[in-house]
Amino acid sequence: MAVTARPKLDAQKLRADFPIFNELIHGKPLSFLDSAASSQKPRQVLDAMQRFYETSYANVHRGVYELAERATAGYEGARETVGRFLNAPSAREIVFTRNATEAINIVAYAWGMNNLGPGDVVLVTELEHHSNFVPWQYVAHRAGADFRMLPLDDEGGLRLDALDELAGTGRVKVVAAGMVSNSLGSVNPVEKLAAWAHDRGAIMVCDAAQGAPHRVVDVQALGADFVAVTAHKLCGPSGIGALWGRMELLQEMEPFNLGGHMISRVTFEDTSWGEVPAKFEAGTQAIAEAVGFGAAVDYITEIGLDAIEQHEHELAAYGLERLAELPWVKTYGPPADRRAGIISFNVDGIHPHDVAQILDGEGVAIRAGHHCCQPLMAKLGVAATNRASFYLYTVTDEIDRLVDGLHKVRKILS
Amino acid sequence: MSDQLYREVILDHYKNPRGHGVIEDADAEAEGFNPLCGDEVSIYVSFADDDETIEDVKFSGRGCAISQAATSMLVDMAKGRKATELAEMPKDELLEEIGIPLSPIRLKCALLGLGVLKIALHRAKGTPLPQEWAGLDELEFK
Ligand SMILES: Cc1ncc(COP(=O)(O)O)c(C=O)c1O
Repeated sequence: MAVTARPKLDAQKLRADFPIFNELIHGKPLSFLDSAASSQKPRQVLDAMQRFYETSYANVHRGVYELAERATAGYEGARETVGRFLNAPSAREIVFTRNATEAINIVAYAWGMNNLGPGDVVLVTELEHHSNFVPWQYVAHRAGADFRMLPLDDEGGLRLDALDELAGTGRVKVVAAGMVSNSLGSVNPVEKLAAWAHDRGAIMVCDAAQGAPHRVVDVQALGADFVAVTAHKLCGPSGIGALWGRMELLQEMEPFNLGGHMISRVTFEDTSWGEVPAKFEAGTQAIAEAVGFGAAVDYITEIGLDAIEQHEHELAAYGLERLAELPWVKTYGPPADRRAGIISFNVDGIHPHDVAQILDGEGVAIRAGHHCCQPLMAKLGVAATNRASFYLYTVTDEIDRLVDGLHKVRKILS
Repeated sequence: MSDQLYREVILDHYKNPRGHGVIEDADAEAEGFNPLCGDEVSIYVSFADDDETIEDVKFSGRGCAISQAATSMLVDMAKGRKATELAEMPKDELLEEIGIPLSPIRLKCALLGLGVLKIALHRAKGTPLPQEWAGLDELEFK
């Protein structure tokens, strides 16, 4: 392999940070190839949350006592961390949400319902995860706008050449696209889509749930207007994610959830909203999870997103090479140089559930199903696929065990 | 674990399904779909002259080994039985026949065929589907 100047990471060493790898599964060491669904958690994140609960926990904001101040500092500190992570111009543009799905729903409802109507076009891609598809489909229908899908080429890339024709004479108001496909691993040209969207006067919404764990997400360089991320895929806890939005858009928007904390003044007659981001954070938030989110961002930032991207890229290349040895395995998606650490595949004549179940017996965890991408599965002409996905702690030995397991699948079921 | 799951009799039914096919002009038929994994099963039943005894059962569809093998086993069990009795057949009777421990996800695979058969029979007889199928609400029956 060529010597590169890029930083390398030592996955074998990093595994020691993850207690889960001490577990035996059916008596065998764990080969965890399902990080695209959710990542495992390092001790650093678990400890940060535990420490926060043990030393600094109370409800945030409004409290006048020491603990409430510590808790608020923890929660708002996490916002600063996430803001820096995404290169947001201001941490106040970071809205904590439950996950990426909720972040997208906020935009679809709170922006979409006020800005979409008949004659408008909402454009998504055929690759989208249901969480960046269903909210737009629904809100477009509710608002009477057109809902259209940008098609894929044969390698799972977006057909940017089809954009103009697809838009036709419609008023494109929203372009919503994922940064990395969770099914095919394709890396989408979000910058180009954003430029096209802005030319048309549309906003660009980027689902970076699958991007942020694996590569640098710089919201300013992307040129997007809204970006959604989720903590559990990047070594953080479940139950928290974030929406980044351009301040003027967030300010114009109506709130989404209503209740405590998001208000400025409440009277019998009327209520005025609090400032961004409080306007979007009604009710008690996932406080310790926010702290864990911050710790996870610190953890992966210290390893380096470039090193993580490079590592996964090598794993994807290795995985594709090993799977190509098996003539009865079909892989989907782009070549290694245009793919993140995700490989979807099928074994001739064998249902993914059976593949995943037999692999589980070997301690190899992969995902089998439609990966919340039913429109894409329909396009590929399959009901489901198997998916192996990699992260900073994945080692090639785990991919070798996948391949060994696939031989066993064939032996049992063919 | 998987060695147990894919024991010989399951593999036999999976590789050599009994009653694979379609009955034209069936007396009872229904189809079901498991959106989780895309498994599909259609079942066709013909009654004997007494309009009650099950003369023939066939199934078509695609899916995982468990759903296909379980449906094939069900076909074996159904032939010659009375429609009203079979429409009330407890899940456990089929699960005992399958004879392997199933996780909740795989349970849905295993019971897809039985659900479809029950719908077909209840529909043909005009009787309501028993309440116990409410737990399988992720399956879609047509
Ligand atoms: C591309 C993509 N978008 C969105 C999501 C949704 O993330 P969450 O379930 O955390 O909202 C996922 C995760 O499943 C994903 O892979």
